[in-house]
Amino acid sequence: MSESIRLAIEDGRLIDPANNRDEITNLYIADGKVLAIGKKPDGFRADQTINATGLTVIPGLIDTLVHLREPGHEHKATIDSECRCAAANGITTLICRPDTSPVVDTPAVVELIRHQAQLTAKSRVFSVGALTRGLKGEQLSEMAALQEAGCIGVSNAQQPLASSLVTRRALEYASTFGLTVFVYPDDHALSEKGCLHEGPVATRLGLPGIPEASETVAVARDIALVEQTGAHVHFCNITTRRALRMVGRAMFDNISVSADCSIPHLFLTDVDTRNFDSNYHLIPPLRSQSDRDGLRTGLAEGAISLICSGHQPHEPDAKLAPFPATEPGISGLDTLLPLTLRLVDDGLLSLSQAISRLTEGPAKMLNLPYGQLGEGAIADICIFNPKKPWILSHNTMQSRGKNTPFMGWEMNAHVRYTLRDGQIIFNAENDL
Amino acid sequence: MNQAYDIPLALNKMAGQLAELGEDYLKNSAMVGIHTGGVWIAQQLHAMTKLEKPLGELDISFYRDDFTRIGMNPQVKPSQLPFSVDDQHIILVDDVLQTGRTIRAAMNELFDYGRPASILLAVLVERSGRELPIDADIVGLNLTLADDEHIKLNGPDNLSLEINRTA
Amino acid sequence: MRKASLQIRKDGRLRHFLSIEGLNAALLQEILDTAESFAGVSAQSIKKVPLLRGKTIVNLFFEPSTRTRTTFELAAKRLSADVLNININASSTSKGETLLDTLRNLEAMHVDMFVTRHSLSGTSHFIAHHVEPHVSVINAGDGWHSHPTQAMLDMFTIRREKGADFGRLTVTIVGDISHSRVARSQINALNLLNTGEVRVVAPRTLLPAGIESLGVHVHHNLRDGIKDADVIILLRLQNERMLGATLPGKHEYYRLFGLTNDNLSIAKPDVTVMHPGPINRGVEIDSQVADGPHSVILQQVTNGIAVRMAVMSMAMQHNTGEEDV
Repeated sequence: MSESIRLAIEDGRLIDPANNRDEITNLYIADGKVLAIGKKPDGFRADQTINATGLTVIPGLIDTLVHLREPGHEHKATIDSECRCAAANGITTLICRPDTSPVVDTPAVVELIRHQAQLTAKSRVFSVGALTRGLKGEQLSEMAALQEAGCIGVSNAQQPLASSLVTRRALEYASTFGLTVFVYPDDHALSEKGCLHEGPVATRLGLPGIPEASETVAVARDIALVEQTGAHVHFCNITTRRALRMVGRAMFDNISVSADCSIPHLFLTDVDTRNFDSNYHLIPPLRSQSDRDGLRTGLAEGAISLICSGHQPHEPDAKLAPFPATEPGISGLDTLLPLTLRLVDDGLLSLSQAISRLTEGPAKMLNLPYGQLGEGAIADICIFNPKKPWILSHNTMQSRGKNTPFMGWEMNAHVRYTLRDGQIIFNAENDL
Repeated sequence: MNQAYDIPLALNKMAGQLAELGEDYLKNSAMVGIHTGGVWIAQQLHAMTKLEKPLGELDISFYRDDFTRIGMNPQVKPSQLPFSVDDQHIILVDDVLQTGRTIRAAMNELFDYGRPASILLAVLVERSGRELPIDADIVGLNLTLADDEHIKLNGPDNLSLEINRTA
Repeated sequence: MRKASLQIRKDGRLRHFLSIEGLNAALLQEILDTAESFAGVSAQSIKKVPLLRGKTIVNLFFEPSTRTRTTFELAAKRLSADVLNININASSTSKGETLLDTLRNLEAMHVDMFVTRHSLSGTSHFIAHHVEPHVSVINAGDGWHSHPTQAMLDMFTIRREKGADFGRLTVTIVGDISHSRVARSQINALNLLNTGEVRVVAPRTLLPAGIESLGVHVHHNLRDGIKDADVIILLRLQNERMLGATLPGKHEYYRLFGLTNDNLSIAKPDVTVMHPGPINRGVEIDSQVADGPHSVILQQVTNGIAVRMAVMSMAMQHNTGEEDV
């Protein structure tokens, strides 16, 4: 455990939505926590001072949907490479998914991931454990053991559950331990062979489609099961307007559900998949314009309280094949912050609301002690320059995976420093 | 620019040269015109020399050596050779002989149909610019033209020659 | 508007022939006119022309197909090209070489053109994106997406039967539109050629989402769909459809959508009946109609060679130059 230094971050614009703060002020860090805001405490001597003039200071970002590819798919990326990437992009906490190889269904794998992340000593990593053994959808996994090992929730990732009965039992068992179940809503029979949203674009391209119903059927069924069992379900990566409306109504009725959406679905639609560009191959798929607009509205109105990247880095070969034969997924860590801020430019959210969706929102949903910078808070901090745009390219992307349709887009947030637990885990001058 | 070349005179001269080849020869030979201008000339000559065998028409578009550069002409008509080429004496007719490539292509095409006994070349206009060792046996007009001048036959009615400068 | 696209060079000439979408009406007409000249060649005693002599054309088929492969092979040979037939089982590709590696290996043998067929939509586009600049790609069918040479031979056949003014025609396509690359290409071609009205007839399970957006009127009733039609195109019904809970069986399909002499009389008296083949007698079409006076099914096959000769030779042109006399 390295010794923590005393840090002063001066004259930055501190935006902390959880504590309703948006002002130019100073931040004083000691023992890995926020010691004071504003006036320097008496006797405080900083080991290091960061001059944050012209920079924005926010809580470190929390990304709730990332695939680190380790163990099992290290040819795509590793915990080391992606934690470094996260740190370089202001993301201090990563929630990774259980669909590794082996699957995160034993404490040993949880420990492997935790250990690797600790060695890297960059962003911190929490695992979501497997809901069923091997993610096969039949037998329950040892959820209590997984929780004790550090899992903050359970999920069957994108694998189907054998039946509604298994779903019910899994929800009940998870709720025994207060574990949130992360559900990727998808009716497998309806979506099975599809690779694009079912609609005029899929028809034109002759690609098998994934109908809207594959998401709405699953959401409807799981909301009903939540009502039956009293479990807590978080729907990951909602893509359709209709499903979001169902979740919104359920939340209004105090049914214990919540939802998030990922960056690509807030910007892109099925129409963007022109000419079979595999960078747009995504599961769940990019939907219609109406769905995208519905998500954006839901985000603005608060039905969606957090945004994730959906990070799925791939090696080049995974995308070099005819469209249906390519692996779906977008490498998203590098674009999480800049594109969330673009929603502010689009007039959808205020700056404070946007930052809240990446910090306070996820922290609250996951019940984690991060995402805010009040006195005494854990010092996870992202300091960025909002006036230094850069272009997303192979060279500027930090992730091992360069598979993104946003290549060439202008990114309007340049991360300068990232701190986790009061340690500087990224410094743009040294680490790029 | 249309020059006032006397085409009927030239045709008469050609018909006369053909007649000098002898009745036996003409009785047994077949005339073939090369699309498009050569066919027009051949139609005139065929009537004037009263050849027995029907007139053949050749489209050499598929045999050109510059296909990959200039591409397809979509208006190609199929060649019509209403006689056997094997052991046939052939009078090949074209409007203008310049580089010789058209004649080369026409001969290649004829040989795909069979093995002629002989081929004799008759052209309305012979001009400078040969790029292959090809010569005409019967000529209507000898013209000297500059390298950038290009001559064209207009027809099928009121045959006339037009000279243009290529840019 | 002339600009370079994946299929068309800067000078407006064809480079790849992957889909009707992305082409223009003028180019389609040029293909039809060029095919006319090749149709004459096939009728001559000398069926070969030396146009593509010395060129190597590879039939790269990942999906088995004797019919289509044979017509492409014949078309290439009539142009005096050298033909290589490569049949790759899709499963052996997944075990061994990637598609890209297969391609690179073949290109290393200095080929000039690939004719590709694959079960996945977008394959010919993918191949076209990755070939060397001097290599052309012809799509012989990719998944459900596109079969442009079939569409062109169908347009060629319609033009020969009905004349060049497509604007006065009503064309009806009957059958499994959802899974048909032929139907998609035909619809695109008919619309590009300004066909008066394009209709599709099928039960809802055989129609893809938003099919109207391709520019067709949808009918679920055969008689409504073929009323006063000038051309009826029938699509083959595959056995998988019955297995996949898409249709109850051939019997009901035939009863509702099969073309018989009886319901044929609702169309125009001189209606032309077409089918890309192979035909399922007694399912989508009665033998009497298939062998009857309205059917041009065999002419379609003959026309297919001329159209493929046209497309191959047009795609082989490389640069513009001076015309030689």
